Amino acid sequence: MTDAMWAGTVAVTGHEGAELEAYAARPLGSGPHGGVVVIHHLPGYDEATKEIVRRFAAHGYAAICPNLYSREGAGVSPDDQAAAARAKGGVPDEQLVGDVAGAAAYLKGLEHANGKIGVIGYCSGGRQTFLAACSLRIDAAVDCYGAFVVTAPPAESPLKAEPLISRAGDLSCPLLGLFGADDRFPSPDEVAVLSAELDELGKEHEFHVFPDAGHGFFSVDRPAYRPAAAVEGWKKVFGFFGRHLAA
Amino acid sequence: MCTYLTEKIRIDGAAKGASGWFTVTDGMVYVDHPYHACQEHTVNIDLTNPAEGPSARVAIELTEEAALALVEAIHKALAAAPPGLASGTRRSLPA
Repeated sequence: MTDAMWAGTVAVTGHEGAELEAYAARPLGSGPHGGVVVIHHLPGYDEATKEIVRRFAAHGYAAICPNLYSREGAGVSPDDQAAAARAKGGVPDEQLVGDVAGAAAYLKGLEHANGKIGVIGYCSGGRQTFLAACSLRIDAAVDCYGAFVVTAPPAESPLKAEPLISRAGDLSCPLLGLFGADDRFPSPDEVAVLSAELDELGKEHEFHVFPDAGHGFFSVDRPAYRPAAAVEGWKKVFGFFGRHLAA
Repeated sequence: MCTYLTEKIRIDGAAKGASGWFTVTDGMVYVDHPYHACQEHTVNIDLTNPAEGPSARVAIELTEEAALALVEAIHKALAAAPPGLASGTRRSLPA
């Protein structure tokens, strides 16, 4: 047993054959390993998200985060890519699904892959995780405070996201939802509406709303970080993936 | 929380970004999580030229107090100058 890992930038084929930059990390041990696609938050493909990818590798998963804003140009810094993508209304849903499918295919093609794929996303990536789980055949999904699954963004918002709750019947896998009680996007009321809809549809899900936490409580490099919620949240994530992504 | 409200304006001027000076054509102002400032929320201002690509951007993240102080300073500076001195319409006038 070794805890050594490989990590670095790779290229994956995304929606409509686009070449995407991605950050991957995987254990060097012989496996088998489950795969985790990490969907970055709205501020983009940043250092903290790459750290999350390495955390999954340290726990025995092959993980990858595609840069969803790769199309804003190679050599452009991630914050400028994020600003440009935000100004365009965010990433189109169809493109997101194609990009996640490409990242999952990369993981499935790795030596020692066990064929199981989990998806986890933060902020806008939480909503996109739900979208991916309703659009692709995957094995487990974790939505970390994804807004606009139940309600549309405010009219003044540049984001062109549509609510996804009507797609809930297509959810292909168990869903873990981790939310903050002080968040407004999504509010605890919206989380409750989604949970009730999934109950009604008989879709396996487990939602946790953490007290004293708002949007972005997993973000270690931001004042929104809430250690109590994040530590407990990570335990839930690894317990959930442990149950659903084992060989 | 984020308000998700974004004010977009047309801008006429120039700014110095990571790769030097460029002409700015667009501006965005929004209250949201900052990228760099150590605050939960800031007033974020982007001055950009989309035609020159995403790197043609100057990004500013200010506290509410700083943003309001900047607005006041701009008004004071303009009030102290003869009306129209810095107007975009002057560029076509003879020197």
